[in-house]
This record gives sequence, structure tokens and C-alpha cells, in this order.
Amino acid sequence: MAEFTPANRTLISSATLARPRGKVIYWTVLSVVLVVFTLVFVGPLYWMATSGFKSVHEVLHNPPTLVPKDPHPSNYKTAWTQLKLAKLLWNTFYYAFGALAFQLVFDVAAAYALSKLRPVLGNIVLGGMLATLMIPSAVLIIPQYMTVLDLPLLHVNLINHPWAIWLPTVANGFNIFLLKRFFDSIPNDLMAAAAIDGAGPMRTLLSIVLPMSRPILGVVSIFAVVNVWKDFLWPMLVEPDPSKQPINIGINSLSQGVPQNVLIAALAISALPTLLIFLLFQRNIMSGLTAGSLKG
Amino acid sequence: MAATTVPDKTTRRHAGRAAGPRTQGGRGGLSRKVSQNLQAYGFLIGAILCFGFFSWYPMVREFIMSFQQTRRGVTSWVGFKNIKTVYHDPYFWTAWKNTGMFTLYALLIGFVVPFFVAILLNELRHARAYLRILVYLPVMLPPVAGALLFKYFYNPEYGLFNRILKIFHLPTSQWLDSSHTALISVVIAATWMSMGSATLIYLAALQNIPGELYEAADLDGAGLWSKIWHVTVPQTRLVLSLMLLLQIVATMQEFTNVFLMAGGNGPENSTMTVVYMVYQYGYRYNNFGGAAALGLFLLLVLAGFSGLYARLNRNSD
Repeated sequence: MAEFTPANRTLISSATLARPRGKVIYWTVLSVVLVVFTLVFVGPLYWMATSGFKSVHEVLHNPPTLVPKDPHPSNYKTAWTQLKLAKLLWNTFYYAFGALAFQLVFDVAAAYALSKLRPVLGNIVLGGMLATLMIPSAVLIIPQYMTVLDLPLLHVNLINHPWAIWLPTVANGFNIFLLKRFFDSIPNDLMAAAAIDGAGPMRTLLSIVLPMSRPILGVVSIFAVVNVWKDFLWPMLVEPDPSKQPINIGINSLSQGVPQNVLIAALAISALPTLLIFLLFQRNIMSGLTAGSLKG
Repeated sequence: MAATTVPDKTTRRHAGRAAGPRTQGGRGGLSRKVSQNLQAYGFLIGAILCFGFFSWYPMVREFIMSFQQTRRGVTSWVGFKNIKTVYHDPYFWTAWKNTGMFTLYALLIGFVVPFFVAILLNELRHARAYLRILVYLPVMLPPVAGALLFKYFYNPEYGLFNRILKIFHLPTSQWLDSSHTALISVVIAATWMSMGSATLIYLAALQNIPGELYEAADLDGAGLWSKIWHVTVPQTRLVLSLMLLLQIVATMQEFTNVFLMAGGNGPENSTMTVVYMVYQYGYRYNNFGGAAALGLFLLLVLAGFSGLYARLNRNSD
């Protein structure tokens, strides 16, 4: 735990807290905060996990029960098979990590070219990419959909194909902005040194730039995966085939046809992967998200 | 970062030897420049194609589509007809009113609450990591889990929320089932799901406030509120205004939560947002021209906010 010195002190000084009255207030506030926050943020998750065990009768019962009277673990099994959760989760995973791979390859290469190779008209390309940040994504949904329906020049229809999710994620001005700004901070002397040693641009990118860019690559990766995992409207439009849908759309479209207890069990299962990943990598994820969004 | 110092030395060692041939320019320079540029565009081509197909071209197409109509596969120019159609749609102003109200509620709850939660968490000397994880937990839920879970809690007959209100002898509510409370119910759930990121960003900003400022305020005899108002708020002004704009732009594009929790338009169209109306035009009425025209209205309104955001963001560097 960090020490509290005058330089990093907060609203209330440590001296105030050390007094008897301060101590009492502090410990009261702390315990209230702990209880309230646990209830508010974990409470609903607890309710989700336990309601998944309730019988159809109990889950619709008033008053609701805190602990399932007669636990039905089979709800989870029913949810898993009836809503084809394995398939839905796999689809989501496939879309998210495919999108991550495309963004890492194309956006990193592009930001590197714009930052270090600086071709003719590079600034216009950069301007065009950053300008897309000004356009709200919801406005572009309709014309993007028409584009995916019939890709100009190539005349391919990407509907129901993972490309329809992967490729548009590459057109992310925020990635270009974050990556280019990070690459700009890598001294050009290093590039020159690599060039003198006979390294081409690809070699320089792989052996010098990328190893130094781990923090920013982490931020971009987290955003890439989380964005696809949480996206709703776009995958709903471009993956209408039920066997190709990600978890959000799949569960919602089947939600009307299953009993409430099975649906809640399905929700609990759907929440598990991201919650587990978060608890495992919470330090990296939280610092990455604040670093990325604060400076972005 | 240790890696940076090692190649630095090699730079200096090789610099003298290599300077000659590299600066030689002249006739060989042109072809080298061309090949360097080609190489650079080789790195850029993937991103340029993706931006071109999925961002730049759709932007142009958005404008074109707003003035076109497709009937039985035949596309024709219709001038301002689409814009007139959506403008005279009986729900046009309803959708804007709902979107405005949604944004306002989301600001009242979703902007103010995380700021004070961050201030509170920043004061606590214990369980800091635990509380931070708690606040961020809902952010990691897939939207379908959060939204459908809250829909279950909101049920007026067997839902958890009415039960809690009853325990405290408070009047119960129809939540999502009434046109008066549906919108605010969605906002409450959406805030629960998303406030974690704003809270963590404010926390990071609070930790950058120099402690001496509070020390000085203490010496001047400032109370708690005046310290928040005269030190905390001004010191985090930039982050606060960035988050404000970001949140306005995000909430004005609300679709997912109203779609999942209130079936889109909600009771008596009380949750129909502009983006939901865009969706309806496109995928219910099959009127993509109308949907694009409605998108233009949204673009016009949001462009101001996005522009302001970009400006503030540039100043923050």
C-alpha cells in the first residue's frame, strides 16, 4: 500500500484521520462502503448465479428467495445444450481474437509506416484515418451494412462471414492514433542504427519497435477483444445465421423461447469467460484501460 | 526500457562510418525514394483498404443514400424526399425527445455518480484494489447478461427491485412496463453496467492532483465541500469535460440497452431512441434511404460534440 505523505495526500489529511473522531468516521464510512459496494456490484451477480439453480416455479415466485430452496444444477446443462452456448461462445471468441489479429497486423504496420517510414502523402492518409473518429459509429451502420452486402469493386457479399466483423474493426482511428503516438516516442536514432546494421523496415519493426511497444500493444489488444465481445448491433445485422452468431445476439434471439430459470443460467454462463479473464488479468486490464482512454 | 540504451551506443559507433554512403543523394536517390515509398505503402495497404471499404466509402455513401431510394432493385435520386419523410414521421420528435432525455438522465446519474464514487474511493486507505475490482466487474459482463438480468430484476410481479422497495415500505414501480419509468430504468441499468470505466478514469485523474493544493486549502480553513469545489473539480476539469463529451456522444447513440431491455421502442414508444428509429427504418420498413437520412440528422447533432472532444483532446497533450 502506498504511503500517504503531504505530496500525495488527498482531500482528507492523514492527521485528521489519526484523531479519535476521524478514526471513528473513517472506519464507519469504510464499512458502509464495503457493504454497499459489495451488495450493489456483486449482489446482482450472486442473484444471477443462484437464480440459475432455481426451479421454474421458484424463479417466478414472489417474494424472490435469497437461496435456492431446491437447487436444480440441471438448468445449467439445459441452458448449455438448448441455447447451444458452446457454439455461441466459440463464435464470440473466434470473432474477438480474429479481430485482434487483424488489428495488430494492419494497424501496427500502418502506424509504423506513418510514424517512421513517413511516405509521400502520409499525413493525408493519417488525417483521413483520424477524421473517422469524428463520425459517430451509429451513423455509419447503414452504409457500412450496404457495403458489406456488396463490397464495391470486388462484388462479394460478406454477410454471415467472419470477415464482416474482422475487417471493419481494422478501420479504427483510435488504434492508429494510440500506436502512432507511441511509435513517435521511439527515438529515430534507433531506427537509423538498425538501418545501418542492414535491417530493413520489416526487421526493424519486428526486432526493435515491437519489443519496445508492449504496453501500447496490450492496451490496443484489450480494446480490440472487449469491443468485439460487447458489440451488439453490428454483429446482429451482419451475422443473421443463428449458427454464426456471437453470444450477445444468440442468447437474446433465443431468450423468448426458454424458461426464465434456464435463460438466467445461460446468462451466468455467458458472463463467466470475461469475468474470469478480468479477475486473472485485472491489474493489466484496469491500468491499460485508464491509460488508453485518459490519453485518448 | 533497458533495450533503448544498448542500441544507442551502437548508433554512435557506426554513425561516422555510415554517414558517407547514406547522404550521397543524387541520381540513385530518386529510385531509392520510390522504393522506400512503395515499401511504406506496402505496410499501409491493409489499413488503407479497410478504412477505404468500411469507413471512407460508407461516409460518402451515407450522404448519397440519403438522397436516393431503391425500389425493386432500381435506385433513383429522390432529392430531399427521404429527409422530408423522416422529418414528418410522427415519431421523429418522440425519438429525439427520448434520446435527449436518455442523455440527460445518463449525465445526471452516470456522470455525477462515478465522480463522487471516485472521490470516495480515493479517500479510503484500505481495500482499494478490492473496491476497484468491484466497480469494474459489471463492465466486463457481455451486454446481454447485464441487460436481461436487470430486465428480470425489474419485473413488477416477481422482480427483486420491487421486493426491496416493499421491504423498506417504499412505493413499488412498474419499471420497464410503464411509459413513465421505462427510460430511466434503462438508464439505471446502463449506468450500473458502464460506470466502472468512468470511475477508474476519474480515480487516475484524482491521483495526479498535487497534495500541496489540499494542504494549502486546509491552511486556509477550507471545509470538505469547498476543497472538492475549489481544488478537486478545477484540477480534474479537463478529464471531466472530455468524459462529459464522450458520454454525450455515446449515450446519444444508445441502441443496445433499449433494444435488449425494452424491446426497442418500449411502452408507448417511451424508449424509442434515434438510433433505434434508424434501425427500424432500415430493417423493419426496408427503407434504407430514410434510415440514411435520419443518420444525417444524428451526424449533424453529434458532429458538434465530437469536434469539441477532438479539440479538447488535442489541448490535453
